[in-house]
Amino acid sequence: MPVITYREAVTQALTEALDSDERVFIMGEDVGGYGGSYAVTKGMLAKYGPKRIRETPIAESVFVGAGAGAAMAGLKPVVEIMTINFSILAMDQIVNHAAKVRYMSGGQLSSGVIMRTVTGGGAGLAATHSQSLEPWYAHVPGIWVVTPATPYDALGLLREAFTKDDPVLFSEHALIYRLRGEVPEEHYTVPFGQAAISRRGSDVTLVAYSRMVHVALDAAQMLANQGVEAEVIDLRTLRPLDMETVFQSVRKTNRVAVVEEAWRTGGFAAEIASQIQEACFDYLDGPVARIGGEDVPQPYAINLERATIPDAKKVVNELAKVIGLKVTA
Amino acid sequence: MAQANSKQQSRGGIQLPPGLTDEDLLDLYGTMVLSRAIDERVWMLNRQGKAALVASAQGHEAAQLGTLWALRKHAPEFFCFAYYRDLALWVGQGLSARDVLLGYTAKEGEPISGARQFPMHGAAMRLKVMNLSNVVAAHVTHAVGWALASKLRNQVNVAACFFGDGAASQGEVHESMNFAAVQRLPVVFFVENNRYAISLPIRKQMAIERVAQRAQAYGMPGVTVDGTDVLAVYGAAAEAVQRAVKGGGPSLVEFDVERYLPHTSDDDDSRYRDRAEVEAGRLRDPLKRLQEWLSRSGVLTDEHDAALRRQAKREVDEATEYAEAAPYPDAGDLLEHVHAPR
Ligand SMILES: Cc1ncc(C[n+]2csc(CCOP(=O)(O)OP(=O)(O)O)c2C)c(N)n1
Ligand SMILES: [Mg+2]
Repeated sequence: MPVITYREAVTQALTEALDSDERVFIMGEDVGGYGGSYAVTKGMLAKYGPKRIRETPIAESVFVGAGAGAAMAGLKPVVEIMTINFSILAMDQIVNHAAKVRYMSGGQLSSGVIMRTVTGGGAGLAATHSQSLEPWYAHVPGIWVVTPATPYDALGLLREAFTKDDPVLFSEHALIYRLRGEVPEEHYTVPFGQAAISRRGSDVTLVAYSRMVHVALDAAQMLANQGVEAEVIDLRTLRPLDMETVFQSVRKTNRVAVVEEAWRTGGFAAEIASQIQEACFDYLDGPVARIGGEDVPQPYAINLERATIPDAKKVVNELAKVIGLKVTA
Repeated sequence: MAQANSKQQSRGGIQLPPGLTDEDLLDLYGTMVLSRAIDERVWMLNRQGKAALVASAQGHEAAQLGTLWALRKHAPEFFCFAYYRDLALWVGQGLSARDVLLGYTAKEGEPISGARQFPMHGAAMRLKVMNLSNVVAAHVTHAVGWALASKLRNQVNVAACFFGDGAASQGEVHESMNFAAVQRLPVVFFVENNRYAISLPIRKQMAIERVAQRAQAYGMPGVTVDGTDVLAVYGAAAEAVQRAVKGGGPSLVEFDVERYLPHTSDDDDSRYRDRAEVEAGRLRDPLKRLQEWLSRSGVLTDEHDAALRRQAKREVDEATEYAEAAPYPDAGDLLEHVHAPR
């Protein structure tokens, strides 16, 4: 099977769409000759020309709103929001409009704009450039929120996004663009709302999404060294959300922790924990642990930043502290 | 506020704007020398892997310092809302080489954010400068709010707001200008137009020639001047500041400047900028221009110039040494300052 990077997976899905569907065009800041801030659209301007690879002024509100508008007119725009932090400038367009077009028109219109963006911290970019804001968007009915953790999923989920008539927030994690992984030669897609079991285990369930899947896998390795087998579940999409896979795992392991990079208070882990206790109360041998980012704006100094983002050690320590597992980091 | 000289003086065939003395010019020049020395050093340290992401002010210095001197001379009170490319402005207001270097190494004692924010981001109330966020154009609204507060309190505290040509495309900038003009607020919008927003050239940012053309549509004066010429900058800024002080409302002053270096140290501008264009831009060096003029007019001797450069190098060397040896911030304070004590 071919091995490609996470970045190449995103690029490939975009390229396929540009090749196969003339309604598709890309717009955003520096997406042209520059190739995008994270080099995802590199070479596309030369290949597809300025009509389909459109560089915009720094004006998130209008290029996201215009993406929504062009989608209402029947095109399939992909807007690149340089990072999820700047999606806030377009939040009115995303939340009040793109997400509600269908509902507010009684089903007459849809706005299937794909909003690609980059999430997460760890690159030393401080408070306004390091946030994980996907949970905000997952709160909103009318928009799909996609959070791939692997090249396989990045390709499969982005292909799937092109089949949707609703807006999709496609959130790529800044730190895993170079991550390599196998992808099959033959065409496949990854349906929205279907979690993946990234590692099988019987003693404890770790639920995660985006880069935290890899942190959970690292933690699982530390646990395995101490005789505890963790099952790691990658949610893949936050909306739609596949809780059934999580419930099945919890009914087997009876212990569960949710790991996310977003701030712990009011994060998406709270939603998941809540659904678990509703559905699996009798199966639980301990509280549902929530492991998230520290409730603080992301600091710049590297040692401080590291202290705010969950790592495998923190996961293991929290499992000991909250659930009472006899493990140490 | 210094008293304006009634009679204008000529230097090297150029008329000095009223109020500006030889001492001012030397002071301004020394500041520019120091800013450039710091700038070159942090860029070098970045290349050695020792300093964080740098957005260089090289090529923009005259715009920042000419404006600052105009503010000092003509505004009873002012506050600068800077953006990330305003190193010279900070240095002009007294941020030391050591402070800057502590920022670039994100070390304990960094004074403007406690190493919580990017280098050159944070606030120094004492120095009357803030550059809190690196979300492009957000601070323009804050400057307007500052000016609003000043007006509501019947004070004259001019908000000086700096941003780039790229930022001028943001909705917040349009909203701010309209809002400020309607309410005749004491704010001046200073646009440092280097004709690029990262890789995007100006012709793809706007369909007009100059950002200043927009001013008329908001109902305020707008001018464009050569931002590598300290005197031209000073003159245009002084006029706008005086207008704000007199209750005449906002103005837009656009500086035509050069971005010597890539957007930031993470960027490679050879991907989108012709070398000849960059080289041509470098011929418009604000530092060299000021130095040559001051020498020609006999205000700056070679010895004085050499002494200023030696002094700047010494400060930067000491600062580098200090910052490299300094510890990282204490993680025990990580959660401080998220909320106020009450
Ligand atoms: C809202 C927002 N969108 C995008 C960015 C990414 N970005 C940082 S600087 C920049 C270009 C700004 O150009 P300009 O205003 O001309 O300033 P210059 O760097 O040229 O001095 C961009 C697009 C950002 N920081 N914030
Ligand atoms: Mg610019």
